[in-house]
Amino acid sequence: MRGTLAARTAPYRAVLASRVRAQRSYRASFRMDLLGSLLVGLVELAEVWVLFHGVGRIGGLDLGQVLLVFGLADVAYSVADLLVGHCDGLAGFVRRGTFDVFYLRPQPLLLQLVTSDISLRRLARAAVGIAALVTGLVVNDVALTPVAVGLLALALVSGVAVSSAMFVLAAGVQFFVVDGAELTNAFVYGGRYASTQPASVWSRPVKAAFVFLFPVAFTGYLPVVTLLGLPGTDWLPAWLGWCAPLAAVWAWGLALLSWRVGVRHYQGGGG
Amino acid sequence: MTEPDAVIESHGLGRDFRVRDGLRRRTVVAVDDLTVRVGAGEAVGYIGANGAGKSTTIKMLVGILVPTRGSVRTCGHDPVRDRRRLVRQVGVVFGQRSQLWWDLPVRESFRILASIHALGAVRERERTDELVERLEMGAYWSTPVRQLSLGQRMRAEVAAALLHSPRLVVLDEPTIGLDVLSKQRLREFLVTERRTHGTTLLLTTHDMGDVERLCDRVLLVDRGRLAYEGTLAGLSRTVGAERVLVVDLAEPGADLVTVPGARHLGSEAGGLRQRLAFDAEVTTAAKVLAAVAEHAEVVDLSVEEPDVEDVVRRVYASRR
Repeated sequence: MRGTLAARTAPYRAVLASRVRAQRSYRASFRMDLLGSLLVGLVELAEVWVLFHGVGRIGGLDLGQVLLVFGLADVAYSVADLLVGHCDGLAGFVRRGTFDVFYLRPQPLLLQLVTSDISLRRLARAAVGIAALVTGLVVNDVALTPVAVGLLALALVSGVAVSSAMFVLAAGVQFFVVDGAELTNAFVYGGRYASTQPASVWSRPVKAAFVFLFPVAFTGYLPVVTLLGLPGTDWLPAWLGWCAPLAAVWAWGLALLSWRVGVRHYQGGGG
Repeated sequence: MTEPDAVIESHGLGRDFRVRDGLRRRTVVAVDDLTVRVGAGEAVGYIGANGAGKSTTIKMLVGILVPTRGSVRTCGHDPVRDRRRLVRQVGVVFGQRSQLWWDLPVRESFRILASIHALGAVRERERTDELVERLEMGAYWSTPVRQLSLGQRMRAEVAAALLHSPRLVVLDEPTIGLDVLSKQRLREFLVTERRTHGTTLLLTTHDMGDVERLCDRVLLVDRGRLAYEGTLAGLSRTVGAERVLVVDLAEPGADLVTVPGARHLGSEAGGLRQRLAFDAEVTTAAKVLAAVAEHAEVVDLSVEEPDVEDVVRRVYASRR
């Protein structure tokens, strides 16, 4: 079995390894990319800090607690961005005709797209998230019991899955609107922004959108409420954080549906 | 139904596109009622004007587009349903889009492609060596793709499409923009590849030289429909395509309007260079030249082949 797995993943590993080599071979430009990515992460962190520093408490969270939300959500988003972030550039692949080249290779299209690139510069951004997460854990005196560690691991893995699904969902939509990168960017970045905010302050329609339809609240706010033992709020009971894996499954179901419909549209086989 | 040695077989194949026309949507027929058969080992030229439906057909053959009507089987597979199995037997060169990784040395791209097609180490080495030698890629084998000249890149593209030794090779405008020498090399390579491996070739081109030197049969499409099927000679005969003899004279002279079997097309530089069209069925270039030499001293000459555009235009004109 191991032999076949190695053989099956060899094409993807070959492409990814070449991407890593290519990025590392331009050292100066890679360092600039890392720095840029780090600055973006810091600016977003500063945004949250300024907001909470001025107001004190929003949606039942203080600055220390929201740091935890930001850290968790941002690590998930950065890792997803590192792995599959290039998927929302699909419109460009289609316009340049490079998407057709995927059709000439004996691997599934989506797997080829996902493994066609990797953005190592996002590591800097993930570092900001990790720093925020660790600081949040310390400030809030979170005892690292097996349950707490289990919840954190569950939230991180599910969070990466949910964020990745949002990129794939956006890719599927871009088959319809080839000039739609801006539209889907608004969606992806809007989702990312929402994921670093306390969901308790949202109106019900917004909750419906970002908790149940595009479940980005599961990448940050909901697991943190569960972890810190905070009281649940309207529509959002405190135990909901444990349901992050369900959110991940749902998000991927949605993403694969979007992808399938998009590819059908591209090939003209009817939606 | 499918004959065992048919590599491409289509019946009543058609494809429509819905396009927005202002506020309304209308349907454009890109390909219609295309029934063709390409046997194993054949080399077929697929020609037609821009927008005649050539690219659409190729995309249907390899499973990129779903046909609106009719059926097609490529290498015995339904291209859309069995795409992944089919592409192991098909190589495609899209003249305008690269299969290589622009920021990697050519060598690296081939290593990745070998992995993508799951070639064993021995087969990868043998095939790579063969392609590098026959396409003379050794000089730029370690050069990043983005630094290659167009001719070098096209040779690398063709080699990339052939790395997994496909039964069928589809080439979409493989020689576009290439200089004479690069064209020549590429054609020679394809002829040898076909002879040694029995590869089936389907190519679209605007270059009559490609068709003449590579193809034994021509399919001509007009507005999505098959307008001619047969040999190139037969096609030229049907439309009476003429060749053109261009002569440079030692000194300016009167227009050569009295050469038997030839028609004076025009003169440049006060008659220093003159162009004479002749029908290869009626006379030969040598006879025309001899007749010209009786009137003036010829210092240089060239013969222009009828180009695909011209043949296509004549076929289209005769159908309208």
